[in-house]
Amino acid sequence: MSDLKFSEKGMQHYEWLLTRYPDKQAALLPTLRIAEEEFGNLGVPEMKYVADLMGISPARVFGVVTFYTHFRRAGTGTYHIQVCSTLSCALRGSQEVCDHVAKRLGIEVGETTEDGLFTLSKVECLGSCDTAPMFQLNDDYHENLTLQDVDGIIEECRQEAARGGAR
Amino acid sequence: MSFQKVFTRWTDDPASHTLAFYESKGGYESARKAIRDWAPDDLIEEVKASNLRGRGGAGFPTGVKWGFVPKQTDKPKYLAVNADESEPGTFKDRVIMEKYPHQLLEGIIISCWAVGIHTAYIYIRGEYVFAYRRLVEAIEEAYAKGYLGDKVLGTDFKLDVTVHRGAGAYICGEETGMLTSLEGERGQPKLKPPFPAIEGLFGCPTVVNNVETLANLPYILEIGSEAYKKVGPERSPGPKLFCVSGHVERPGTYELPMGVNLLSLINDTCGGIWKGRKLKAVIPGGSSAHVLHADECDVAMDIESLAAAGSMLGSAGVIVMDDQTCMVNALVNVMRFYHHESCGQCTPCREGTGWLEKIVHRIAYGHGKREDLERIDQICGRMVGKTICVLADAAAFPAWSFTQKFRDEFLQCIDNGGSPAVKARHPDRIGGGLHV
Ligand SMILES: Cc1cc2nc3c(=O)[nH]c(=O)nc-3n(C[C@H](O)[C@H](O)[C@H](O)COP(=O)(O)O)c2cc1C
Ligand code: SF4
Ligand code: FES
Repeated sequence: MSDLKFSEKGMQHYEWLLTRYPDKQAALLPTLRIAEEEFGNLGVPEMKYVADLMGISPARVFGVVTFYTHFRRAGTGTYHIQVCSTLSCALRGSQEVCDHVAKRLGIEVGETTEDGLFTLSKVECLGSCDTAPMFQLNDDYHENLTLQDVDGIIEECRQEAARGGAR
Repeated sequence: MSFQKVFTRWTDDPASHTLAFYESKGGYESARKAIRDWAPDDLIEEVKASNLRGRGGAGFPTGVKWGFVPKQTDKPKYLAVNADESEPGTFKDRVIMEKYPHQLLEGIIISCWAVGIHTAYIYIRGEYVFAYRRLVEAIEEAYAKGYLGDKVLGTDFKLDVTVHRGAGAYICGEETGMLTSLEGERGQPKLKPPFPAIEGLFGCPTVVNNVETLANLPYILEIGSEAYKKVGPERSPGPKLFCVSGHVERPGTYELPMGVNLLSLINDTCGGIWKGRKLKAVIPGGSSAHVLHADECDVAMDIESLAAAGSMLGSAGVIVMDDQTCMVNALVNVMRFYHHESCGQCTPCREGTGWLEKIVHRIAYGHGKREDLERIDQICGRMVGKTICVLADAAAFPAWSFTQKFRDEFLQCIDNGGSPAVKARHPDRIGGGLHV
């Protein structure tokens, strides 16, 4: 048995969610978001906790989580850099941005740095094509990127982590 | 009549998203008017008369869609607002949600009043965290001031609105995929019929409308359907958000009347092609639309004109490519997208998108054969109209039109051992493996 548990605040949010839908399972995606917020990443124990909490079979929860690409899965670094690589961004240099991040971090796309700080992913259109090239870093969009910007952003993350400020 | 902006009227004001600001500009007056002055059925007729057509991609007449919802039913009815905005090249709903969330909420009130709906969900793509927060704040404000809740605007009309975050899946923009996802399942589309208007969310009658579609409603009630119809072409009228990206000097979201000329949009509004280069091609309606050759771009940006030009307005995501763009590489990118986003239920789509990506990829990387172009045609022919949803068609259209309209470039790639752009980037890969 794991001792994972939503905080009181998380629990309240969950109870509120249940009042918003006529059917419990409809609250699954938002509940997984609470789990992300409370536990960081979604691994097997976290998914199992949500399954038990909601009375949905774990297999079903795994099936749902793995269908979507935007949940923070187990093993994701503290800073998740998701470089948009779809057409509009590609036309304005997203490949260079992606290559540059990879070089700076010393990892390939899909990998996490050894210190667990950064994960680099290539993703599809993020609805910010007019500010290409761009990436999403955790919740935030970083737009109209130059390679210098990229260096600055990575450095800021490192400093934040060194100060112990990272989530 | 000079053109009145409706979605980007006050974009420069940093407070445009707040209720106080929206009220100060006459916000929620149309919702008040709707509930006070319009019987629901008459309101549906008024929206039909306005010729408002869906802004999500298919361009279906909004009032007609509402009319399909059964009047007499013991089941609850739902509104599902499509804020998934995942069509490559599209970023307009984001502007509305970030800058004018109350205009969307007002549109929601009007549509729910017309159709007799008491519960609405806004399904927003998971990546739009900022827009999500703006919506949540706006909804809280609206509840606090009685625009939402048990007594909307002091009447007995009850309306609850909840924002629901998606989690990264293009297919959840397709209406039945979105409803399945809202129910907490894998977001796989369902066969139609039954259409959502009859049997949608939780098996109940459901209206699905795009964010921009709904955000038109306050304006329609403000000026009336007759005046609204005069903005742009009568059969698909209205103010419209155009998303321009790619190789222009000033990419962005621009509000113009429906029917603006595409070349004027590119050259006048967006400052022309970047770096002083020339135009080569444009995808006018999100990456699912047929590509237009530069010669075909003297066209009006409305539903009928683009259909007549052999493409579509779609989501009005205008992707511009300059004369140095390698069309083979561009198509590899587009095909990768659809292959990645196919939900995998239908064999022609699951396999077809994969084959298309593979074939175009091998052409770019110097392993193409001339027969490959015939093969692409065949595969497309076996995808279009043969699947549960139209994602398969959306993948086939660009595959078809790129290889038809830029055939010489594909042939050159095949005959000369690959795309010059790929050779420049990966001199070692030409003649090597299939994957980057
Ligand atoms: C693969 C696919 C993706 C779609 N993505 C979106 C989307 O992101 N946003 C949207 O509003 N409509 C999208 N649509 C269209 C919806 O299915 C639906 O037609 C639309 O939301 C209806 O609203 P409207 O009539 O107001 O346009 C998509 C359709 C398909 C086939
Ligand atoms: S056409 Fe493709 S995306 Fe649509 S339901 Fe079939 S497999 Fe899924
Ligand atoms: S293509 Fe990158 S945000 Fe749309």
